[in-house]
Amino acid sequence: MLWITCPTCGRRPAEEYRFGGELRSIAAWITDPAERDVDYVWMSDNPEGMTIERWFHSAGCRRWLTLHRDTRTDSVVA
Amino acid sequence: MSDFIERRIALSWAEPKRTYDVVIIGGGGHGLATAYYLAARHGITDVVVLEAGYIGAGNSGRNTTIIRANYGIPEAVRFYQHSLELYQGLEDELDCSIMHTRKGLIWLAHTEPQLRAERARSLLNVACGAETVMITPEETKQLCPQLDLTGGGRYPVLGASYHPAAATARHDRVVWAYAQGAMRRGVHVVQHRKVTGLLRDGARITGVDTTAGPIHARVVLSAVGGNVSTVAAQAGVRLPIRSHPLQAFVTNFYTEAFQPIVSDTELLCYVSQTERGQMLIGAEYDAQPSYSLRSSFSFLQSSAAKVTHLFPFMRDLRILRQWTGICDISADFSPIMGATGVDGFLVTTGWGTWGFKAIPAGGEQMAQLIATGRTPPLLEPFSLDRFARDHTMADPGSTGTH
Repeated sequence: MLWITCPTCGRRPAEEYRFGGELRSIAAWITDPAERDVDYVWMSDNPEGMTIERWFHSAGCRRWLTLHRDTRTDSVVA
Repeated sequence: MSDFIERRIALSWAEPKRTYDVVIIGGGGHGLATAYYLAARHGITDVVVLEAGYIGAGNSGRNTTIIRANYGIPEAVRFYQHSLELYQGLEDELDCSIMHTRKGLIWLAHTEPQLRAERARSLLNVACGAETVMITPEETKQLCPQLDLTGGGRYPVLGASYHPAAATARHDRVVWAYAQGAMRRGVHVVQHRKVTGLLRDGARITGVDTTAGPIHARVVLSAVGGNVSTVAAQAGVRLPIRSHPLQAFVTNFYTEAFQPIVSDTELLCYVSQTERGQMLIGAEYDAQPSYSLRSSFSFLQSSAAKVTHLFPFMRDLRILRQWTGICDISADFSPIMGATGVDGFLVTTGWGTWGFKAIPAGGEQMAQLIATGRTPPLLEPFSLDRFARDHTMADPGSTGTH
């Protein structure tokens, strides 16, 4: 079971939260602006390992937080 | 059941050569079906399927084995209806039992908007060549006497759409049958051979690196499930995919026959009975992307609560086994098949929670693309460049898991 620590509410089960996607970064190596937009809007890093993502504490304080998680073990690192 | 045990499958494993016409990464249903159709329909037998584990170890052996075509957009209905029809003839085509059983699928509506959505689905399905009709609560009860029409007082059944051609098949039999068909025609299938990288010549992909050395090829197809973003990144291809765990479980033996497959959009769960008499329950995929195959108690708890509202008899059953697969969920909940913009590198991916039913059509159409170099009409709507063109195939409501 995945537990997430909310800065406001403390350690709560993941079911209280809504996943909000990877923390987006703009692909600076893509030179064409239109292609860069497509990448930013649609594509995912989907890494096997460390990922930084946004979660919304929908059944708690209803604020967004940033989470560092390892997708190999599904464990929260920070 | 007896011919399942009696008729053995002839699998013969090969030592890979250094060069092939086609290398397929991933020995699941889609990879093996593509190899089979390349050999059977196009005479292309210089093909190797490389599997990191054993064939069918991924989602081909972890899904809930439902075959149906009642989708919500024309392109998907046509594609899955073609696949459903190929499944109906697959035992003859492959000369191998896959335990294909026609069951019919009931898609419940608990609210007026759902009722209207199911009517729209029925009309669209018929217009696109699939068979789906609206049924009343009484007709639903006749098809599935175990269903509580009051939904435990909480999820009353206002009606349903009914898709009579829906079926199930034994999932690992499908994998083995395609593997046998491909092997008999000279295709090489190699297990426990992990692809560690892709070979490049300029902008072109020219083969794969494996744990036992490189293999060169004219075409490399990724039929990978779960790790496709990693494989595609080695070709410089970025995908609109997140990999999420999907869990399912079976109960112990239920003594009465439970004929149909029952699916529910509001509750996000679906129920059928296996050939062994177990009740098989699936639900939505886990919210967070993950490559962990760990199952969770919270999934069991929430799914059991849902299905016992609809089927009170299940309160007396016990949970026998629970498992997890890693599903590549595409951004529009439709598959991604075909060219990637990189020469020599194709994908069949984004199979999310809907890949098993698509194995015959996906394999047949990908084989046609590889053999002819032209994208067949059934595949065109599902190309990767649809995201850049803003022609996505959004159909989350038809997945049954979202």
